[in-house]
Amino acid sequence: MTGFKIIPRSQSSFLAQLLVPVAAIVLTLLAGSVFFTLLGKSPLASFYAFFIEPLTSRYGIGEVLLKMGPLLLIAQGLAIGFRARVWNIGAEGQLLLGAIAAGAIALQFELSDSVWLLPSMILAGTLAGAGWAAIAAFLRTRFNANEILVTFMLSSIALQLLYYLVSGPLRDPMGMSFPQSAMFGDAAMFSPLLSGTRVNTSLFLGLVATLLAWIFVQRSMPGYKLLVSGLAPGAAGYAGFAANRAVWLGLLIGGAAAGMAGVAEVAGPLGLLQRNISPGYGFAAIIVAFLGGLHPIGIVFAAFFMALIYVGGDMSLVSVGLPNASTTIFQGMLLVFYLACYLFVNHRIQRQVASGTVASAEVGGSDADHTGSGATGHA
Amino acid sequence: MSALLELKGVSKIYPSVIANDRVDLTIESGEIHAILGENGAGKSTLMKLIYGVSQPDTGQMRWQGQPVQIKSPAHARSLGIGMVFQHFSLFETLTVAQNISLAVKGNLGTLSRRIEEVADSFGMPLSPDTMVHSLSVGERQRVEIVRCILQEPKLLILDEPTSVLPPQGVQLLFATLKKLAARGCSILYISHKLEEIRALCDSATVLRDGKVVGTADPKRESAASLATMMIGHDIPVATHAEASTDGVIRLAVEDLSYEPEDPFGTTLKSVSMNAKAGEIVGIAGVSGNGQNELMRLISGETTLARTGKGVIMINQTVVNAMSAAKRRRLDFAFVPEERLGRGAVPDLSLGYNSLLTGHEHGLSRFGFIRFGRMQQRAQRCIAENDVRCGGDNARAGSLSGGNLQKFIVGREIGLSPSLLVLSQPTWGVDVGAAAAIRQSLIALRDSGVAVVIVSEELEELFEVTDRLHVMFEGHLSPSLDTRATDVNRIGEWMTGQFLSVASGPANASTGDGNELTADSATNGAGA
Repeated sequence: MTGFKIIPRSQSSFLAQLLVPVAAIVLTLLAGSVFFTLLGKSPLASFYAFFIEPLTSRYGIGEVLLKMGPLLLIAQGLAIGFRARVWNIGAEGQLLLGAIAAGAIALQFELSDSVWLLPSMILAGTLAGAGWAAIAAFLRTRFNANEILVTFMLSSIALQLLYYLVSGPLRDPMGMSFPQSAMFGDAAMFSPLLSGTRVNTSLFLGLVATLLAWIFVQRSMPGYKLLVSGLAPGAAGYAGFAANRAVWLGLLIGGAAAGMAGVAEVAGPLGLLQRNISPGYGFAAIIVAFLGGLHPIGIVFAAFFMALIYVGGDMSLVSVGLPNASTTIFQGMLLVFYLACYLFVNHRIQRQVASGTVASAEVGGSDADHTGSGATGHA
Repeated sequence: MSALLELKGVSKIYPSVIANDRVDLTIESGEIHAILGENGAGKSTLMKLIYGVSQPDTGQMRWQGQPVQIKSPAHARSLGIGMVFQHFSLFETLTVAQNISLAVKGNLGTLSRRIEEVADSFGMPLSPDTMVHSLSVGERQRVEIVRCILQEPKLLILDEPTSVLPPQGVQLLFATLKKLAARGCSILYISHKLEEIRALCDSATVLRDGKVVGTADPKRESAASLATMMIGHDIPVATHAEASTDGVIRLAVEDLSYEPEDPFGTTLKSVSMNAKAGEIVGIAGVSGNGQNELMRLISGETTLARTGKGVIMINQTVVNAMSAAKRRRLDFAFVPEERLGRGAVPDLSLGYNSLLTGHEHGLSRFGFIRFGRMQQRAQRCIAENDVRCGGDNARAGSLSGGNLQKFIVGREIGLSPSLLVLSQPTWGVDVGAAAAIRQSLIALRDSGVAVVIVSEELEELFEVTDRLHVMFEGHLSPSLDTRATDVNRIGEWMTGQFLSVASGPANASTGDGNELTADSATNGAGA
């Protein structure tokens, strides 16, 4: 009798940690080819359109870098919170608040050519994003309200707030009742980085954020405290690291990064406020953060890959005729496969062969510390 | 007639350790058989194999002469094997009868009558309608035992059953077990307490490093000869000179009352104690009598800001509302009873774990981690305390319980505290390492550190402490001079008898001079 059993590893495997994202991507591609075939498309042509074509033109590369910017920025912020087990899934809303705050300033000083206009927009947007997340932090620390639900619902509220503003107070008076604002002035925009593309200097925000995140996570005491709060709240309490502080810090950093990404969107490719500001960057960044192993360097690669999926999705729409939803499907599969593969960082499969006199292939006999019928023993 | 249970060449191999190595074991009907061994010798693994929790990798088992593979605990119970675990598996919000009905068939009314019958016939009164959360630990153990007896077992396994009992409770338990054996039920009794095994058991199998190193008739052996079999050499005993008595007060707890947020926690009632430089103060008592609440209030994991009254002072500073981190700046160090997840972060390396309490002792600067120093600190702690591990990069969770405890105690001592408080310092630590820890605590005391130890192990407290308190239902007894008292007195106090001795715990033993002597306590207890 032969069987397989998943057992915990005595030490988590570093190799597995590196291989997990790779395996997740490979599995996504395999499942994707099944999906393309079912749609009656050639998998090879589809993959080419999705993953190669964007990188064959200057424009394509520019688009990938353009989408990588906000993903990188948000994911670095979210990952810091996630390491502390603070689940901010409302980066989308924090991004919108950042966009709104920056947009309001840009519209207020429409004719300004001050060099301080863009920096003050960045500052306002960052604070607005952090402020939106602070609501969740306050409710969590004061009333123990679940931050997953609160941040998610705040995202919906943020979207409605944006709809209201672009249809009312911030609507372009000359815009024939279109629900969008006037165009920002030049001083309110990031300058282009590569000619012939839309990529702009806001990409540096993501790169600087990566550097800061690396220092924070790998080198600093506050980063260590946050990590301990996430891994072992009891040990954090023992060491005297305030649990509320971890919640505040985790949410504020994530919110600030998302708010800044919102500024980069409206002061970059958009140049105005409108109903559609983000193609789900705030949610995709959650996947990016996990796919990057919550590690600042890993997140750079993950953000690039996710940006590629965004641009590839658009391009394959035209060249192969794939449905619009394929980008979202790819994102979803990636996260599911990643989470499934992650099990093997701390677990491994053991093949069991019947040996000698005793069959040991009894699945369900666990090595864990069983205590009878498994009730709550407050002994 | 064949033996009830027979094991031949049974092995169980885990990824990093051979827990049982070709173990032979024979249990006859109606005998009380001891499995004796240090922590980590493989006793619990062997019980799990017999109870079907896990399956052996090699070897043979025979039940009443027939070969058998015990596939699950349910299978074991159907054969007639019952087990009382070290940590109980009862639902606190159900009554005794409801808990038992989860395992035993029959309607609640009949079951309640049977519970009373069985409990009375074994001399351990138990009310079927009581909610479990209101029971003492000893009573909970009775519930577990009655539950097993009702299933009419042929073999009953008890895993360290006396670790949760006061001495009088131990006598009661032993009487019950002897009655049970007289009725033909075999008992497999796991322990590392030699005197108990000599008092109770008919035969003993001794395990060391997963192997059977011998069998013995415990009544014919001395405790010392059993110990030698168990650990392979004589037990080292910590030397224990008189403490200096004129040290300054390092820890003072005055009239501390506190109601915990946890509804199943213990309310502290007017607790007073102190610890002076150069002495070791022990707190005895069965777990769950408020020790945990008191320790958290002293360590700063809970603060006394709003929900309690009284004063806690560390090195002459009132710390009622001070955080754990700030208290550490007052040269205070603490070793909690849970190692994984409280004393150490299981998923982080030993290096990072030394940062947990060492970050304000030179391991960080300007908010940045000093990696070189951090590694050095961890490596030194590993070397000085003989921690068996894969170096400072090893995950804390990969160490055995005893080795991790050596690391944590070493780490805290390494902070050079002037007040060190430890909860269950040698739980799960092997005899040799436990003696080393005790010796280092005495060395600390002699160098002028005030040490407070909370422990369930009376032998340990008698070995190292200078004064001894007893905790019972949130009350703390006055302190006794350890050298002038004996186990019986402490045992009586563990059931609350000190409450009628002193006029009130509040005014006892709060400073120099008014500490109760053993003599006055004796008079009081006799009255």
